[in-house]
Amino acid sequence: MTELEARPEALQLPGVQDHPKEVRPRPMSLGERLYLPLLAGMTVTLRHFFQNIFRTRERVTIQYPEERRDYSHRYRGHHILTTRPDGSVRCVACFLCATACPADCIHIEAGEHHDVNVEKYPVVYEIDMLRCVFCGYCVDACPEEAIIMSNNYDMAFYSRSQSIVGKEDLMKPFTFDPGKLGYRPRFPEEEEKRAAMRREAFDLVAAAKAKGEPQSRVAAG
Amino acid sequence: MPPEAAVALDPAAAIAAGFPEGSVVPQEGPGAPTDQPTWVVRREVLRDLCRALRDNPKTRFDLLLDVCGVDYPEREERFESVYHLYSMPRGRRLRLKVPVAEGDARIPSVVPVWKGADWFEREVYDMFGVVFEDHPNLRRILTHDGFQGHALRKDYDPARRWILTEDKIYMPKLVAPPGRSDSMFERMTINIGPSHPAMHGTFRFVAMVDGEEIVASEVEIGYLHRCMEKMSETHTWQQVIPYTDRLNYCSSFINNVAYCRTVEKLLGVEVPPKAVWARTILSEFSRVMDHCVANGSSLVDTGALTNFWYFFQVREEIYGLLEAVCGARLTVSACRIGGLLADLPPDFVARCRRLLEFIPPLIDDVEKLIDKNRIWIDRSVGIAAISGEDAVNWSWTGPCLRASGVAYDVRKAHPYDLYDTVDWQVPVLYGGDTYDRYKVRMLEIRQSLSIIRQLLDRGMPEGPFVVDDPHVALPSKEACYNQMESMIYHFKLIMDGIQVPPGETYLMTEGANGELGFYVVSDGSGKPYRLHVRAPCFPIFSTFSDLMRGHSISDAIATLGGLNVIAGELER
Ligand code: SF4
Ligand code: SF4
Repeated sequence: MTELEARPEALQLPGVQDHPKEVRPRPMSLGERLYLPLLAGMTVTLRHFFQNIFRTRERVTIQYPEERRDYSHRYRGHHILTTRPDGSVRCVACFLCATACPADCIHIEAGEHHDVNVEKYPVVYEIDMLRCVFCGYCVDACPEEAIIMSNNYDMAFYSRSQSIVGKEDLMKPFTFDPGKLGYRPRFPEEEEKRAAMRREAFDLVAAAKAKGEPQSRVAAG
Repeated sequence: MPPEAAVALDPAAAIAAGFPEGSVVPQEGPGAPTDQPTWVVRREVLRDLCRALRDNPKTRFDLLLDVCGVDYPEREERFESVYHLYSMPRGRRLRLKVPVAEGDARIPSVVPVWKGADWFEREVYDMFGVVFEDHPNLRRILTHDGFQGHALRKDYDPARRWILTEDKIYMPKLVAPPGRSDSMFERMTINIGPSHPAMHGTFRFVAMVDGEEIVASEVEIGYLHRCMEKMSETHTWQQVIPYTDRLNYCSSFINNVAYCRTVEKLLGVEVPPKAVWARTILSEFSRVMDHCVANGSSLVDTGALTNFWYFFQVREEIYGLLEAVCGARLTVSACRIGGLLADLPPDFVARCRRLLEFIPPLIDDVEKLIDKNRIWIDRSVGIAAISGEDAVNWSWTGPCLRASGVAYDVRKAHPYDLYDTVDWQVPVLYGGDTYDRYKVRMLEIRQSLSIIRQLLDRGMPEGPFVVDDPHVALPSKEACYNQMESMIYHFKLIMDGIQVPPGETYLMTEGANGELGFYVVSDGSGKPYRLHVRAPCFPIFSTFSDLMRGHSISDAIATLGGLNVIAGELER
C-alpha cells in the first residue's frame, strides 16, 4: 500500500482543497516493458491449475444439479402453506400477507370455515411466482405461521399461467423435514393460547375500526 | 433576505445578500428542512447565484450532487426543482429550490456552471416536464421518446400502462469536432447495444469512428427504467426496501442501509448498536463484492479472464454469508427501518473470520496477475483519463473520483455508523484512468477488510437487532402471540405502515461506486410523498461520450467496466 503512505496530505478530509487539474498516469518500469511480471502471473495460474487437478476436494465449482450448495435455514425460496394437525390449511384468510406484499402477488378469496373458532379460511390462495420478489414480508406479516418459505429454488415454468401457484400446490411440498425449510418465524408450542389471543385481537381491531378510533389507543387503554 | 448577523457568519449568506430583495429566501421556521440550509431561489438569479457559489473562494460549492423535481399540485407554483450542492473544500451542503408554475415551467439550465447537470436536468424534464433553457440536449432520458405525459407528476396515474407502438428509433446526430471531416465516406457510425454482450447492462452507445478512433459519440439509456421512484410513492415505507435492492444489485445491502438510514433520520429513531455493527460489517463485505465485480468485468473486457474466476470466488462466498444472515443472495432486503430483519445467525462471527482468511489470498493472486502486466497497462494507463477538477465538475464521486486525486469519501467526510471509530484510510491515486480506477478499488478492498477485522475484534455488541419501538418495527412473533398489545401493533404496522412525520431530508451513504443519496419528502401519510435516489453512476455515465473521444471502440468497452455503471441504479 505504498501509494497510500506516500501521500498523507491527500487524506485530510474534507480538506480536499485543490482538485488536480492534470492527470499523472502511472509510469512503466523497465521490467514491465519487458513483460517480465507475466512470469509471476503465470506461476499463479499454474498453481491454481495444479491445485484444481490434484486437490479435487478443494475445487470451487459445483456439479449442479447433482450437487447443490447448502443454503441456510433462512433461505427465502418457494412458499409453503402450513397445515393443522388434521391436514387442513392453517391460514385464516386475514389478508395480512397480501397487504404486506410489496409485489402485490398474493391473491386470496376468503370463505367461511365450518368451525366457528376459526371463522375464515382461504377458498383460493394463489401466489404469482413470477411477480414475487421473495422478500419474505408475507412470512413476517402472518400472525398464524400459516405461510413460511422453503429452501427450494427450482422454479421453472413453461407458461405464465403455470407460475400462479394455488393453495393445493403450496401445501403439497410441505414436509416437516427441517432441512427443507427456509425463512420462517420460530414455532412456539402454544397453539391454544395463541388462537384465543388472535380472536380477541381480531375483535378489538374490528371494534376499533368500526368506531374509527386509532388502534394504538385501544392498545394503551 | 438573511439577517445581518447570519451574513457575517456565513459566507454563502453574504453571496445571497448581493442578489435583489426576495430572490433568494432561506427556508426557515416550522416545516422547514433541518438537515441542511435550504434556500428558495427565483429562477432569474439561479445561474448567477450558482456561479457565485461555485467560484467564491469562501464557499466553493464545486460539486452539484443532484437535481430532482418535486410536484406539489396544490401550490400555485407547482413544480420545484431541487438542487443539492456540496462544497468539498469546506465540507458544506446547501439545497436550492426553484419553484415554477405549470404554465410557465422554465428554468435556466446550470450546465454552464456544472457539466454534471446535463443528465440530471434531462431527468427532471422527462419526469416533470420542466424545461431547462439553454440546455445542450434536452430530450427525454429515462422514458421512450414516444411516451406522453410526465410520469412523476402527481396527476399521472401510477397504474397506467403503455404499449409503445412507435417503431422510430432515435438516431443521434453526431457532429465531428471542428477540423475533422464528418463526410459519410470517411466516417462510419456504429451502434452498440442496447442488448450487446459488451455493454454491461442495457445501454446503447452510438459512435462515429474514424478507423478505430471515436470522434463523436452519444449514449442512450432508459431501457431498464422501472419507475422505482414512482412506485415507492404507492408503497409503504417498509415496502420500499425490496425496491432499493434492485438499484445497485452488486451491493444491494448498502442500498438497504442507505435507504433505512434516511427514513430513520426522518423518524428520529436510534438504531441499536448490534444492528449498526452488523450493518457496517455487511456493507463493507458488499463493497468488497462490488469492487470484485467491477474490476473482474473490466478485466474480462480486455481479455483477462483468469482473475475473473478468482474475483467471483470471493463474491460467491460473501453471498453465502449474506444468505445466512437474511435468506437471499442477491436481492437481500436485509435491513428493516430501525435495524435488521432478523437476529444474526449464531455462527456469524466465525463465518466472517473465515471470509477474512479466504479473501486476501485471492486478491493477492489477482494483483500478481494484473498489476504489472504490460498487456493490461497498455490497455488501461492513460485511457479515458479525467482530471480531478473535471471529474468534480461532472459530479463524480466514489472510487472513480478518488482515482483522479480527490480524496472525497462520505465515510470519512461525514462519518456514519461505526466508520469514525475504526482506523482506515482513503486510497487516492492521480492517474484518473482505467488503471487507477482498477487500482483504487483493489486498495479499497483491503481497507474494507481491515475495517471488518477491527470490528470483529471489538466483538459483537449485545442487545436487540431492531429498535424496540412498536410504531417502527414489528414485534417479535413470541410477543405477538402472547401479548395483546403487541398483536395489535403488529396488525397496525402491517395495515397502515410506519407513520413518518412530515418533513424532508437528504442523507448520503458511501455506496460502492460513490455517494448514494436518498432525498425523501414525507407528508405524514404513511407512504413517501417523493423519494429520489441520487445514483452515483448516473453522472459518471453521463461523462462517457466525452471521456471516450479520441479513444478506440475496444477502449470504450474496457472503460465501461471500470466505471462500474450498473443499469439498475442508473435508470431506477
Ligand atoms: S415473498 Fe414478498 S413478494 Fe413474495 S409473496 Fe411474500 S411478500 Fe409477496
Ligand atoms: S397472513 Fe397468514 S393467515 Fe393471514 S391470509 Fe396470509 S397466510 Fe393466511
